[in-house]
Amino acid sequence: MEEFSLMTILAVFEEMFGRWLFWAMVLVAVAITVAYLYVLIRDRAMSMRKFLLAQLSMPVGGIAAVWFVLLMTNSSLRDIGGPIDWIVLLGVFVAGAVGFAILVYVVQSLARGKDAEI
Amino acid sequence: MIDVKKLATSRRAFMGLAAGGSAALALGAGQAQAKVRTNAKILILGAGAGGAAIANRLVERLDGAQITVLDGRAQHWYQPGFTLIAAGLRDANYAISSTEQWLPRGITYINEYAAELDPEANRVITTGGQRLEYDYLIVSTGLVLDWDAIEGFDLGMVGPENGISAHYAGPEYAETSWRALDRFTDEGGVGVFGRPATEMKCAGAPVKICFLAEDIATTKGNRGKCEFIYNTPATNLFGVPVIHHRVRQIMDERDIAYNYRWTLKSIDLAAKTATFDTPEFLETLEWDHINVIPPQRAPQVIRDSGLAWADRWTDQGWIEVDMQTLRHARYPNVFGIGDINGVPKGKTAASVKFHLPVVEDHLVSEIAGREGTRLYDGYTSCPLITRVGRAMLVEFDYQDNLTPSFPGLIAPLEELWISWLMKEVALKATYNAMLRGRA
Repeated sequence: MEEFSLMTILAVFEEMFGRWLFWAMVLVAVAITVAYLYVLIRDRAMSMRKFLLAQLSMPVGGIAAVWFVLLMTNSSLRDIGGPIDWIVLLGVFVAGAVGFAILVYVVQSLARGKDAEI
Repeated sequence: MIDVKKLATSRRAFMGLAAGGSAALALGAGQAQAKVRTNAKILILGAGAGGAAIANRLVERLDGAQITVLDGRAQHWYQPGFTLIAAGLRDANYAISSTEQWLPRGITYINEYAAELDPEANRVITTGGQRLEYDYLIVSTGLVLDWDAIEGFDLGMVGPENGISAHYAGPEYAETSWRALDRFTDEGGVGVFGRPATEMKCAGAPVKICFLAEDIATTKGNRGKCEFIYNTPATNLFGVPVIHHRVRQIMDERDIAYNYRWTLKSIDLAAKTATFDTPEFLETLEWDHINVIPPQRAPQVIRDSGLAWADRWTDQGWIEVDMQTLRHARYPNVFGIGDINGVPKGKTAASVKFHLPVVEDHLVSEIAGREGTRLYDGYTSCPLITRVGRAMLVEFDYQDNLTPSFPGLIAPLEELWISWLMKEVALKATYNAMLRGRA
């Protein structure tokens, strides 16, 4: 297990979520990132109001990510054993939180547009 | 060689380097060696994990070699998945693919078994009557499960109606075994588990299925109705002392009874009893569910070939290879990979992964007129599942030393979720990469 290549890591994620779901999630993540860059370039500034709501929504995204990963790996919170488990779970939480925050920001920007900002 | 001066000015060269870099990253290191020219005839017996992977590796290392792979089974089985299937977490298809899809182009694949093997004459006769001569032979046949050694048992008995599971028998049997285990953990009763007296593939698997059954019964709220008994012909629950003590501790904690020096001898389906050979006398246990794992031996053609040890494992027939070079002790043009090797440890896919570079090195070096240098230290690995969602990633060598891949990060004797993830999602991907010769 000491030789992890990029292909192997991709294969691990395919195994974890199923090939179609994994690549669908990658596409969604890319689409959200592109949309985020689009609104940043369009607005030429971060809106702090939208950012505040995005930040407030972070725990929702984090919890959803943890729940989803546990579901897909036939696991539950009682299986978390040592420090490395908490670190991995925290990583999943942070990834979910940041991803969801970006999504919330993008959705606000696209829905309300630049002019909604006061 | 890449010309650095040109690189600075040529955009194409830069892109080429980037693409090459990605390819190297994707393929892993060590793929860039120059091929050795040869017209050697290499015969590989068995296209399982060892056979398919070494074929892929040799194709990358040799130019002009005539490589023939012989395997009568058209299906490839991902055997580390059998436990997950038997625990109801995957269906049978999870472990099934086609043998052919893993083999490289430019080799000859014969969908037959070896019927006769004569290492004096460097010759194999196939079950279809083909006569194959070789310069080098790689034995990667795997082993056979001796179901007939359990009196009163046959595989037709496996299933929920009889309360018998036998997940070693193959993916379909593993799925049927789950139905048996599912019913037992619903209805309760006495569950009997254990291992055979011979060497066996994945010596952790009998323990895993016992732990999983106990966990599933607990999750269903039926633990109080179930009794668990684990029988072993050895005087321990795991061959490596430090792991044995940990497994014993977990069995004690979870109220799983165990008997040492008990060997399953026979099963009486009508009476629902099993008889065990013990040092003093025969013991009989009543069961509501029994998991059968039979004695394991080399295929008959190997046992008849003269490749087996004459004075060790005489009832099992593993081939007499050097435990470090995996080269046959009496026939230097013969190598062994995987379960068939008569070495003290490691009938697992993880061991195969570490056998591969050693056999590749010694074979290719010999063809190139050099001496091979790589040695196998007995490494093997067992993601020892202790319940659905947790495992211990135990890795060890010939010396019974723990050899963790992630020291300080993943504790080998701790029940961890990360170790479960290794087994449940990371292992198949790395196994597949190994089969393609890339890991």
